[in-house]
Amino acid sequence: MVEALTSGHHGVLWLVPLLPFAAAGLLALLPDKRGRLASLVVIGALAGSLVVAACALIGVLHPADGGGVMRSASSFVWFAIGDEPLRIGLLLDPLGAGMGAMVAFVALLILLYSRGYMADDRRFGRFFTFLSLFCGAMLLAVYSNSLLLLFVAWELVGLASYLLIGFYFKKPAAAAAAQKAFITTRIGDMAFFIGMIWLNSRAGTLLFYDGGNGLLESGALASLAGATTFGGITLSAAASLLILIGAMGKSGQVPLHTWLPDAMEGPTPVSALIHAATMVAAGVFLVARTHPIFAVGGEAGIALAATAWIGAITALYASLVAVAQHDIKRILAYSTVSQLGFMMVALGTGGVAAAMLHLVAHALFKALLFLSAGSVIHGCGGEQDIRRMGGLRKAMPLTFATYAVGMMALSGFPFVFSGFWSKEAVFHSAKSWPGGNGPFLLVVLAACLTAFYMTRQALLVFFGTPRDPRIHAHESPLPMTLPLVVLATATMLLSLVGTPAWPWFERWLDGTRAAFDPAALTKPGTTGLIVLSLVIVTAGVTAAWRVYGITAPRDASAPDPLASKTGRLWRVFEHAMSFNALYRKAVIGPLAFIAGGIDALERMVFHRSMANGERILKDVGRSAGRIDESAINPGFDRLCGGIEHQASSTSKSQSGRPQAGLRAIGLATAACIALYLWLSSR
Amino acid sequence: MTPLWSLLFPFAGALAVLLLPARAAALSRVIALAASLGTTIAAASGCLKRLGDTASPVWSLDLEWIPQLGSRFHLAADGLALPLLLLNGIVAIAGVLFSWNITQRPRAFFSLVLAIIGGVSGVFLSRDAFLMFVFYEIVIVPKYLLIVAWGSTNREYGAMKLTMYSIGASALILLGLAAAYAASGSAGFDIAGLAAAGFPKGFQLWAFPVLFLGFVVLAGIWPFHTWAPTGHVAAPTAASMLLAGVVMKLGAYGALCVAMPLFPDGFAFWRPAIAVLAVAGILHGAFTALTRRDLKFVIGYSSVSHMGFILLGMAAATHWGLRGAVLQMISHGIIAGLLFGIAGRVIYERTHTRDLDALQRFNLWKSLPAAAVAFTLASAASMGLPGFSGFVAEVSVLIGLWESYPWLVPLVALGILITGAFTLRALCRTCFPDAAASLAIPVRMPSLTWPETTAIVLLLAVSLAIGLHPSPWISLINDGLDSPVFQPILQRP
Repeated sequence: MVEALTSGHHGVLWLVPLLPFAAAGLLALLPDKRGRLASLVVIGALAGSLVVAACALIGVLHPADGGGVMRSASSFVWFAIGDEPLRIGLLLDPLGAGMGAMVAFVALLILLYSRGYMADDRRFGRFFTFLSLFCGAMLLAVYSNSLLLLFVAWELVGLASYLLIGFYFKKPAAAAAAQKAFITTRIGDMAFFIGMIWLNSRAGTLLFYDGGNGLLESGALASLAGATTFGGITLSAAASLLILIGAMGKSGQVPLHTWLPDAMEGPTPVSALIHAATMVAAGVFLVARTHPIFAVGGEAGIALAATAWIGAITALYASLVAVAQHDIKRILAYSTVSQLGFMMVALGTGGVAAAMLHLVAHALFKALLFLSAGSVIHGCGGEQDIRRMGGLRKAMPLTFATYAVGMMALSGFPFVFSGFWSKEAVFHSAKSWPGGNGPFLLVVLAACLTAFYMTRQALLVFFGTPRDPRIHAHESPLPMTLPLVVLATATMLLSLVGTPAWPWFERWLDGTRAAFDPAALTKPGTTGLIVLSLVIVTAGVTAAWRVYGITAPRDASAPDPLASKTGRLWRVFEHAMSFNALYRKAVIGPLAFIAGGIDALERMVFHRSMANGERILKDVGRSAGRIDESAINPGFDRLCGGIEHQASSTSKSQSGRPQAGLRAIGLATAACIALYLWLSSR
Repeated sequence: MTPLWSLLFPFAGALAVLLLPARAAALSRVIALAASLGTTIAAASGCLKRLGDTASPVWSLDLEWIPQLGSRFHLAADGLALPLLLLNGIVAIAGVLFSWNITQRPRAFFSLVLAIIGGVSGVFLSRDAFLMFVFYEIVIVPKYLLIVAWGSTNREYGAMKLTMYSIGASALILLGLAAAYAASGSAGFDIAGLAAAGFPKGFQLWAFPVLFLGFVVLAGIWPFHTWAPTGHVAAPTAASMLLAGVVMKLGAYGALCVAMPLFPDGFAFWRPAIAVLAVAGILHGAFTALTRRDLKFVIGYSSVSHMGFILLGMAAATHWGLRGAVLQMISHGIIAGLLFGIAGRVIYERTHTRDLDALQRFNLWKSLPAAAVAFTLASAASMGLPGFSGFVAEVSVLIGLWESYPWLVPLVALGILITGAFTLRALCRTCFPDAAASLAIPVRMPSLTWPETTAIVLLLAVSLAIGLHPSPWISLINDGLDSPVFQPILQRP
């Protein structure tokens, strides 16, 4: 199977996205109540996808025979307009294979977990249908060899996300959040769409790799970089910026981030799968996939610089906001926004491998954190406010242990956690960027805050004493805790392949072999960054310990210890710097104004002009009528009298019913046609 | 079976329904369904035959008709007419199925519906401008009667407005055709013949807008679109399905197949104006739909917005634009039919309201899950999500537009965005309850009947089929647009 996958005939690779699609189609036909069966069908389909995705990963583990990245691309004509075909197809290379295997793996674990989590929800079956649709679309995006196919999958991912957030429409907030998520990401999608059409108009293809003629191959890149558009920027830079806006929408980058924290209204497994591990990383993946177009304008060109700065600002902003949140899922949501910012910084500063390493590491530990949080919420009977929790480590030991692994990975605890090494790789990339030190400094600050808010959350949830007597926490059942253990193990194991001593992951994406070289750890630049990482984590954890560990709040109503010290600043971050209010005023307001204006135009101008026209016609008619009555009618009436008399005898045959009238007209028409046909055939 | 049957079946059906005795009035819907099925099968077999061998000559029928005018009874089924005939048949089947429960004078109702279907087939098949005009007029009267007799909400006003616009537009068409006839030396009304006449440019500059406007008023071109939402809202379900699904396409079809080939220089001159009006329609329709509370008004204005894409593709006039425009005719026909069917029949007949706020209290997701799922899918299709036909059509139009007027693309993207917003707004209010509503007493509602389910599945399946595998449809359209008649209007980027 492995050979079949890498040979360029992608019949088998199509199975990866098609199996979940087929499962979703099958479930759509099943009655909703067969939830157990539905979950088994989806889990089976996704297990199949995972097997194929794993084989595909094995197939591209080694560099190609002649050196370079192992890559096999296929394509076929979707439809052709005149002699211009629109081609789509699949692509198997380390970037996609790694991402695809990760998506299938995490998705399978989360599906297993969902069986336990959603067991008492009646719409179990539909939930799994939507999840399956999502998995199919996400996997299609990952293996796609065409920007168009990627966009298609990208939109379907958005639809599945809409349906899954809205799944909790018992909560009115969920319906609103679903709508907001869809529209906000669609703003980005439209930019992406325009960028795509623009690229197509110049390059004449949307295939990524096509034996030298693809969009990401040197011929097309040179042509794109050579064409200048308005403002003197190159077409490649302009299209890159449009694609970046698309990625910002999906990956929750400032200023298109506001939908992501709200999306937490959806069920927790959905938050874990879609709004932490996979879909939101799609934006990062998109930039990684199209990175050659970004990079053709130079290492510190406008496209890459924009990516780096937007990522850095997002990373810092979201980590500041996360400090001041109380909802366990919202903290994790802002943390996701912030970590996606880290990945964008890596991409913008040229570190595609660092970004992808952080993406995979983040997917594992953030899924772990969300599922642990779900276990906590489940155990606390639906409570999500960390101020009401406390002391849970005794009641939920296994959840606490797995949560601790995730939390330490996210904070960047040293050496055995993947998050430490992936974050170090991001630092490394940002530090060596020729475009300036700004993004580097911002992410360093963000990393310190990350350690702070994660320690705060852990202390408030698991340490101290229970603050709400109504909560009787209990450990979750095995189907929920088992995926946690698997994810925790994976989080730690991943750190083996991403260290500077054996940078297997990075070399793999470059298409070269990695050598084991412990001495690399002691190179001046590397050692310095490792020490810096250690200092950052220690500083963050210690600060949080001093505020929340020593003087822990005694009861749920006590204000946050930091809030009293920082005053108004705290409230600014608690409200996430009021982006939502700003958008209500600056975007929704004007749009509503425009809609209202056009509506008024419709009512006032079009309908009123119609009404006026009607009145004028009536006036004309009335005056014509008056002339009739006074001048013409008297003579005419006398004439008519005679006819009337004649007609009254004929009218007896008229029944007065339109039915009969219509029938007469029909018959007469038929007779005429028959007569005509007869006459013309003579 | 030749494509002629797609013209004969509806008229024969209409006649048969009229001749039914009163006792057998219930049979009329069966006859209507059979006639629609026949229309569809005739069109589908024509499509398959043409796809199998595009090199063969197209089916045509050319009889002497009015020799004094030089007008002939000339029909032809090329790659452009055939998929549109198929659309006509499919929408007809769905329209009849969604009207299955009509009890008020069913014979008159179904004969009028069939007359519209036959008239539409006639327009698509005509290759003689005068003949086409006759069929075009045949459609107007039944439309008026259907709305006045079986309609709702302000029906006299809606019907009258629609008819006045139609008649005004017809006057323009007649004027344009008469001018072309006279200027060509009174040779006849054959479209290909007139197109080959080569009218002087000065003449084309005024004759083109007259003829073009006459046609596209029926396609809802901004600012002559206001008849469409009021007409759709007032019409009974089957009539609004046919109206939005196929009758509006007649205007676009006439503009594409008569006005543009006859006066290519006039078209080239007015092209930018058409593009701007199309974009204005897309934005105006979308923004107005965002403010309406009546579900049918929302769908009506969405039709205005979607029809803008057809005009836009025609204005782009490149390979991509023209094909996208025809594809959008088919796609919007299916999707608008679906939306009007679900809103006007499935939802309204059970809730007796189309007010979005009132609908929100019904909790359709719980009380009528099948309808909620169907409406969700239809909304996804209407938003132009990939997988459904609208996406392929919109992508093609926009690629074409980029070749001609790239500066309009961002405005169209805004329109697509607002389309998403108003569709989700309508979907949320229709299907998902609000907080207070979920506490209200759940209403027991009859589940979907088989005609409703069949019609929904049929339309969704066709939209998905086009969206996933557009190749055969595009091959047919390619075949139609490769005709020499269209070459002078084609812009090459």
